[in-house]
Amino acid sequence: MPDLAIIVPSVLNGLTTGALYALVALGLTLIYGVLHIINFAHGALLMVGLYAVYFLHSSFGIDPYVSLLIVPPAMFALGYALQRGIIGRASHGRDENILLVTLGLSIVIENLALFVFRSDTRSVDTPYSFEVVEILGAFLPLPKVIAFAGALVTAALLWLLMSRTDLGRAIRALAKERKGAKLVGIDVDHVFAMSFGLGIACLGVAACLLLPSYYVTPQVGHGFVLIAFTIVVLGGMGSFVGALVGGLIIGVVEALGGLFLGESLGQIGIFLIFILVLVFRPTGLLGHKV
Amino acid sequence: MRQLALLGLVFAALFFVPFVVTSEAWQNTILMTLYAALLGQAWNILGGYGGQFSFGHAAFFGTGAYTVAVLQVQLGVNPWIGLVAGGLMAVAVAAFIGFTTFRYGLRGSYFALVTLAFAEVLRILANTVPFTGAGVGILIPLDQSAANLQFASKASYYWLVWAIALAAFLTVWWIGHSRFGARLMAVRDNEDAARALGVDPFAVKMRAIMLSGLFSGLAGVFYAQYFLYLDPAIAYGPAISVESLLVPIVGGMGTLFGPLLGAVALHGVSEASRALIGDLPGISLVLYGTILILMVLFAPRGLAGLVRRLSARRNSRETTNV
Repeated sequence: MPDLAIIVPSVLNGLTTGALYALVALGLTLIYGVLHIINFAHGALLMVGLYAVYFLHSSFGIDPYVSLLIVPPAMFALGYALQRGIIGRASHGRDENILLVTLGLSIVIENLALFVFRSDTRSVDTPYSFEVVEILGAFLPLPKVIAFAGALVTAALLWLLMSRTDLGRAIRALAKERKGAKLVGIDVDHVFAMSFGLGIACLGVAACLLLPSYYVTPQVGHGFVLIAFTIVVLGGMGSFVGALVGGLIIGVVEALGGLFLGESLGQIGIFLIFILVLVFRPTGLLGHKV
Repeated sequence: MRQLALLGLVFAALFFVPFVVTSEAWQNTILMTLYAALLGQAWNILGGYGGQFSFGHAAFFGTGAYTVAVLQVQLGVNPWIGLVAGGLMAVAVAAFIGFTTFRYGLRGSYFALVTLAFAEVLRILANTVPFTGAGVGILIPLDQSAANLQFASKASYYWLVWAIALAAFLTVWWIGHSRFGARLMAVRDNEDAARALGVDPFAVKMRAIMLSGLFSGLAGVFYAQYFLYLDPAIAYGPAISVESLLVPIVGGMGTLFGPLLGAVALHGVSEASRALIGDLPGISLVLYGTILILMVLFAPRGLAGLVRRLSARRNSRETTNV
């Protein structure tokens, strides 16, 4: 049994990773909650965000954290355009069609990236990349601590937006009752696209926070998106708090699984949770909520 | 019956293709097209007729492929037995996935997600455990003889895939004309209404996923014996899952000939693009993804739907002329 001196840093590390997973899952759960579809292009769009941050840094010398002012709004616009231009038009009244279109988008985006950037692994080199902070006797990389705080702030902002603004009210109305929302004069297509844009903007934030301690390849989204799916299922599809708590849990499980079972089997632990939740509690730990 | 006669005619004609087409390259192209039609028809049973969209048919395909390969390489079992075992293992995986998901009424997004996750779990497992050769993959030793399910000529491989495809197409014809098929389509169109009429959706969907898994698994066995090499990314990777669903979506879901039309159209396009722009990494998948989006946007009923719509228009014009 390893002692606390190993377990505590591992848990803290897992929490910081988990916060980023939560951010990715938050976008997914927002889109699911409103549009009732799973965005299979989520991982691919995260990858697009990461490349954007990478090239802003390598071509224009823009710090990844300064990119927070540029990339999330750009990703929002991209998400809005995708929903209005392609995804929304494809439904023909059937949710299955939307599933297929987001799958198609992910295939196109990922393989275009593979074609343009090849499978090289790229990472940014910042002066703070290797700085560490001491918390509870554990040494954590500074970028991960910033990412943790940033993810929590983003979640809080999103919660404020959803509960205090007209847009948030319109989104929640639409999630609950599509026809009723239309009847009271909500522009359904616009609000759908806003929700999708917000979900994708979350990915933009995640990309900025992630890159200083991570890397980007055309397939980088894969790992994240399956974990995000697990989190969304674990937390209950469409539940905000569920996504946040689920993300932190998964982060810790992954860190501890990696510690006790080794890197690749630690991943299996995540999927085991996924299958167990599906079998015993398919509505997730926190049930259905928006 | 007219449909069955047409099916018989098409497959009889396909049987004689290797006598007419003697170039190995063309034989290979036609073989891969028929193999794609088989993959698509397997998906079509569950997705087209059952309305359950699987994004992880590689789980069945890879299981079939790995079963025949591992049995041969690690245990020395004859691949003809492996062919049966591969199909059955795929059915077992299908039954497991079906049981965990359909029991709780998971459908739509949930089902797509779960199948995708299962394929991914199997990929990671195949990448980790030693008896599949892990990340290095598994190589089936070359030993060409009919007893070994390895053939020197492309034509023999072609007849093997022809036979499996024939079985799959006959099964789908049967689905279109049986009580089981009627129940399956009733569940697809309105599960609650079907249940109210006494159909057990769980039982019906279980049978559909197991049949679908069987033919995907057999396609996997064929792949393993044809290429004699497997790795986790080939067997359980997303490319197989995507091809499986793209073929019937392009051709026409829930129709008998849709997968054949789709396979011909897709392979035609990808051969043409290879001739025009060469074989670049990722480009064929970009093409497939684009076709998927365009089909869903503009022809959600596939080529079969387009044909039907055009002939309906011609018929209505003829009747107005009369």
